[in-house]
Amino acid sequence: EGRGKDPPHLVGIHSVFCPFSADIISTVEFNYSGDLLATGDKGGRVVIFQHEQESKNRPQLRGEYNVYSTFQSHEPEFDYLKSLEIEEKINKIRWLPQQNAAHFLLSTNDKTIKLWKISERDKRAEGYNLKDEDGRLRDPFRITSLRVPVLMPMDLMVEASPRRIFANAHTYHINSISVNSDHETYLSADDLRINLWHLEITDRSFNIVDIKPANMEELTEVITAAECHPLQCNVFVYSSSKGTIRLCDMRAAALCDRHSKFFEEPEDPSSRSFFSEIISSISDVKFSHSGRYMMTRDYLSVKVWDLNMENRPVETYQVHEYLRSKLCSLYENDCIFDKFECCWNGSDSAIMTGSYNNFFRMFDRNTRRDITLEASRESSKPRATLKPRKVSTGGKRKKDEISVDSLDFNKKILHTAWHPKDNVIAVAATNNLYIFQDKIN
Amino acid sequence: CCCCNEVGCKPGADGDDSLYPIAVLIDELRNEDVQLRLNSIKKLSTIALALGVERTRTELLPFLTDTIYDEDEVLLALAEQLGNFTMLVGGPEYVHCLLPPLESLATVEETVVRDKAVESLRKISQEHSPVDLEVHFEPLVKRLASGDWFTSRTSACGLFSVCYPRVSSTVKAEIRQHFRTLCSDDTPMVRRAAASKLGEFAKVLELDYVKSDIISLFTALASDEQDSVRLLAVEACVSIATLLPQEDLESLVMPTLRQAAEDKSWRVRYMVADKFSETFVSLQISLCFNCIHSVLTIWLSDLCLLCPVSEQELVSDTNQHVKSALASVIMGLSTILGKDNTIEHLLPLFLAQLKDECPEVRLNIISNLDCVNEVIGIRQLSQSLLPAIVELAEDAKWRVRLAIIEYMPLLAGQLGVEFFDEKLNTLCMAWLIDHVYAIREAATCNLMKLVEKFGAEWAQNTIVPKVLGMANDPNYLHRMTTLFCINALSEACGQDITTKQMLPVVLKMSNDQVANVRFNVAKSLQKIGPVLDSNALQTEVKPVLEKLATDTDMDVKYFAQEAISDANVEQRLVQQAAFIFPADQTCCSLAGSQDRSEQRNTVVSITACNLMNSRIACTNPSQTVSFPNFFQPDLHAPVHSLFSAATQIEFDQTNE
Repeated sequence: EGRGKDPPHLVGIHSVFCPFSADIISTVEFNYSGDLLATGDKGGRVVIFQHEQESKNRPQLRGEYNVYSTFQSHEPEFDYLKSLEIEEKINKIRWLPQQNAAHFLLSTNDKTIKLWKISERDKRAEGYNLKDEDGRLRDPFRITSLRVPVLMPMDLMVEASPRRIFANAHTYHINSISVNSDHETYLSADDLRINLWHLEITDRSFNIVDIKPANMEELTEVITAAECHPLQCNVFVYSSSKGTIRLCDMRAAALCDRHSKFFEEPEDPSSRSFFSEIISSISDVKFSHSGRYMMTRDYLSVKVWDLNMENRPVETYQVHEYLRSKLCSLYENDCIFDKFECCWNGSDSAIMTGSYNNFFRMFDRNTRRDITLEASRESSKPRATLKPRKVSTGGKRKKDEISVDSLDFNKKILHTAWHPKDNVIAVAATNNLYIFQDKIN
Repeated sequence: CCCCNEVGCKPGADGDDSLYPIAVLIDELRNEDVQLRLNSIKKLSTIALALGVERTRTELLPFLTDTIYDEDEVLLALAEQLGNFTMLVGGPEYVHCLLPPLESLATVEETVVRDKAVESLRKISQEHSPVDLEVHFEPLVKRLASGDWFTSRTSACGLFSVCYPRVSSTVKAEIRQHFRTLCSDDTPMVRRAAASKLGEFAKVLELDYVKSDIISLFTALASDEQDSVRLLAVEACVSIATLLPQEDLESLVMPTLRQAAEDKSWRVRYMVADKFSETFVSLQISLCFNCIHSVLTIWLSDLCLLCPVSEQELVSDTNQHVKSALASVIMGLSTILGKDNTIEHLLPLFLAQLKDECPEVRLNIISNLDCVNEVIGIRQLSQSLLPAIVELAEDAKWRVRLAIIEYMPLLAGQLGVEFFDEKLNTLCMAWLIDHVYAIREAATCNLMKLVEKFGAEWAQNTIVPKVLGMANDPNYLHRMTTLFCINALSEACGQDITTKQMLPVVLKMSNDQVANVRFNVAKSLQKIGPVLDSNALQTEVKPVLEKLATDTDMDVKYFAQEAISDANVEQRLVQQAAFIFPADQTCCSLAGSQDRSEQRNTVVSITACNLMNSRIACTNPSQTVSFPNFFQPDLHAPVHSLFSAATQIEFDQTNE
C-alpha cells in the first residue's frame, strides 16, 4: 500500500533482544512467499519466524512474526589435519522454492553446507499391542486380538531435520550460497573457488570457477560473493575484492574460468588514495527480481548495474559518504573490512543497505530520494513510526542531527532482508532483530 | 472373531501365541529405531495377512497413508511394498484402496521415494478394471497433476501413459490437456519431468495426436529457456522418431534436432552427440527393409547438410565434453551407414579425431575401433592409428597411459600378430619399466592377456626372453617387474616354459641383495607352484624356500614360510583325500596325478563334497548325495566357490 509513497513510513512490529554474543545475528533471509523469515547466528543456530495471520481485532497491523522453529544447524569443529578451528557461525541461509508442505533451507558455515527440512506434524499414532495406555507391559501370552495404531490429532509440532550435508568441497571459507533457478542445483563460493552442486547429490560437486594462482604469492584478488541469475539457469555472477563483477555463462563450457561479461567502473584518479582498493572491494552482489539489473555494495556506496552495460553502473547511491574522511581510523579499528549486505524490495523499485550506529539506508530508485533510519530499542518502540535520521557533515550541527564523531562503530547493521512482496523489512543489529512494516493508515 | 471373519484374529480366553510375533511387528512400525521400523515395513505383507483383507483396508492402510513423516528408507520400502499389495487388500476389486497411501508418498520431497511410489502406482494401475481406472485412478492422476506443489505434479507426469490407453475418449482428451499444461508448467522441475516422459507418452497416443500434440510439445520443450529442460527433449526425440512415418520425420523432427545440435549450451549439444546413433537406429527399425537404403540416403544428405553446421562443428567443438561424447558414438554410426558411406563421410572424421588434442577424444575413438573394424577393416585406419597410439602411450598423464594399455589386448586382436610385433611390441615392453607402479602393473596384466590371445609359442619367442632379461637390471624395481610378469604369465605359458625358462631365473633371484626382491621370489614360487611338476617342486623349489625361511629379513622369512605351509597343506589334503575315498578310482588317480593344478582342484572339490555330504547326512539322511555324481562334473568348476561353500558348511557345523 505504501509503495506509492516516498519515503516509506515504517513502523516497528517488534524486536527480539538476545543478550549473548553467540546470538549475534549473522544472516537474515525471507523465504519466497515472505511468510517465513530465517536468521542464523554466531552460535550456529537458525531461528525461523512465521508470519501470523492478520487478526481482526487489530487491523492496523499485518500480523507479527513469531518464533516458529529454532534448531542448532552447525556445531564448532576442529580440523585436526590443518589444526584449524571451524567456527559454527552461520554465514548464509538460502531458502529453496517450496516443493511440498514442508519448507527447505540451505545453511552454511565456513566449510559445510546443510540442507534442512522444516515440517509440521499434527497427528500422533496411538495404541500398542504389547503395552497398555499407561505404558505398562502386557502379558505377551494373553494377546487376544491385534491392534493397529490409530492417528490422533495433537498440538502442532514443528520439526527441523537435516536432510543432506554437503561437506569437504571448500578449502577456503564459504562466503555465498545461491540456489539456481533450475531448482535442482546451487552454487557455493569460497575465497578462490565456486562449486556447483546438485541438491540431491552430496558426494560430488563440480568446480566451475577457480581463480587460485599456481603460486599463492601472485594472489591479487579473492571472490567476495556469488549469485545465480533469478531466471536464467545458466548465468551466475561473482564479485571480487578488486571491485569488479564477472558474469559467467555455464552454457559455454563446463569450466567458467573465462567470463562472458566483466563489469568494472573506471576509477576516478582524483579520489585515489591509500584506501581506494580496500573500499572498492565488493561485499555483496544481488540480482534484481526481474533479472535485468544487479546491485553491488562496496564500503561507501551501493551501485546498480544494467546487465547490458559493463563499463559503468546505471545508478550509484552514497551510503555514508561522510566516512571518507575517517577512513584512517576505520582502517585502524578494522571496520573498513566490514562486509555490508544489500537487498532489493519486491518490485525492484527500492534498495536497502546498512551502515554504522544502527543506521540503515533506503533508496527509492524512481525518485532518487533516500532516507536514513535507526534500528534501536529506544527509537523504535512497537507500532511507533520511525523518524528519519541525519548525520551532520558540515561544521555546524543542526537540531536532531548527529555528528560524525559521535557515531558508534560497534553498532553496525550488516544484514538486512526485504519481504519479497510487501513492504516488510528485517534488520539485524548485532544481536537484535528488528522487523518494520509500512504504515497502514 | 467378533470384529471380522478373518484367520489370525481368533478369539480365545488364553490368547493366541501365534499373534505375538505379529503384535511385535505392528508395534515396531513405530519403534524409535529406524532399522526395526524398516524391518516391520518389509514384513508388511505378514501383518496384512494376519489382519485380513478387511482390517488391512479399514485400519492398516489409513494408518500408513499418514506415515509420511518417516525416514526416506522406510518410505522407500513402504512404496515398494504397496506395489505388491493387491491380493492382501482383497484382490483387483479393492485395489483402489492402495491409492491414498501411494498418493501421499508421491508427494514427498525425496525423488527416490516418489519414483518408487509412481512405479508402484503404475504397477497397480494394471490391476484396476477399466471402470475403476476411470472412477479411482484417473481422478488421482488429475489431483496430482493439478496439485499445489511441484512434487505432486512431477509424479503425475509418470502416470499419464499407463492410464491413457484404457480410458474413454473424453477422459483421453482430458489427460492430453493435463499433459500439455504440465509441459508448460512454471517450475522447471515439472517441465523436466514432462520432457522425460514425453517419449513414453507419445508411444501410447494415437498417431494423429502424436503429430498434432506431441510434436508441438516437443518443439516447445526443445526450445525451453532452461537448458536442463532442452536436453531432456533431445532424449524424447529418439522415441518420437520411431513413431512417425518416414516422410514426416524431415518436416517434424529434423528441424528441432538440427536446432539442438547448434544449441548454445554444451550440455544440449552433448546430449545430441550422445543420442545420435540411437536416433539412427530407431529410424532404421521404424522403416521397412526396402526403405532403409533410400532413407539412409536422405539422412546421409542431411548428415552432409548437418556436417557443415553441426557434425563438423561438433567435431571441432571447443568443449571437450561434447567432443568426447561425439567420439564415443560416431564409431557406432559406421555399422548403420555401411562401408562406402563410412569411408566417404566418417573416416575423415575419425582421422581428425585421432589427432585431437584432447586424449579422451582419441581414447574414445580407439576404444570403439571394433565397430569400424567390422565394417571397413582396421587397415584403413592403421596409418593414423599408430601415431595416435604411440602418442597416448607416451602421454605425460599416467591415467591416459593406463587407459591405452587397457585397450591394447583389443587392439592386438584387431590388428593381428604381425602388425603387433612390428609396431606395438616395443611399446608394451616399455611400459614394464614405467616409473608409475600402476602402469607397470597394468603392463604385466596386458602381457598375460596378449599371451592368452597369441599363444604360448609366441610368448616364448617374443616376450619371455625380454622379461627374463630384466632380471639382471640394476634397478630392483625392474627386477621385481620380472617376478610380477612371471606370476602373471606362468599359467598362460604352461608347465614346460615355466619349469625350463622361468623357474631358474626365479631361483637365481633368491640371492638378490634387496630384500623386497627376495620375498617376492618367495611369493612367486608360491604362485607358480601349481603350474610346476612335483619333481621340480620337491627338488628345486623347496630347498630355496627353506633357505629363504632362514633369511635375516623378517618379511622374507614370513613369505617363505607362507609358501612352505601352503605347499604342505596341499600335500596333506591330497593324502587325506586318498585316505577318505580309497574306493574311488577317479579320486585316487586324480590325487596321484602329476598335474598339480588338477590335483588341487580335486582336493578342494573332495573336501567340499565331503563336508557337504556329512552335513546333508546329519540333517536329512534321505537326501545324501551320492559322491561321484556330485563331484565329477565339478572337477573344473570354479574352485573358489566350492571352497567357500565348504568353509561355510564347516562353519555351520561348528556352530551346531
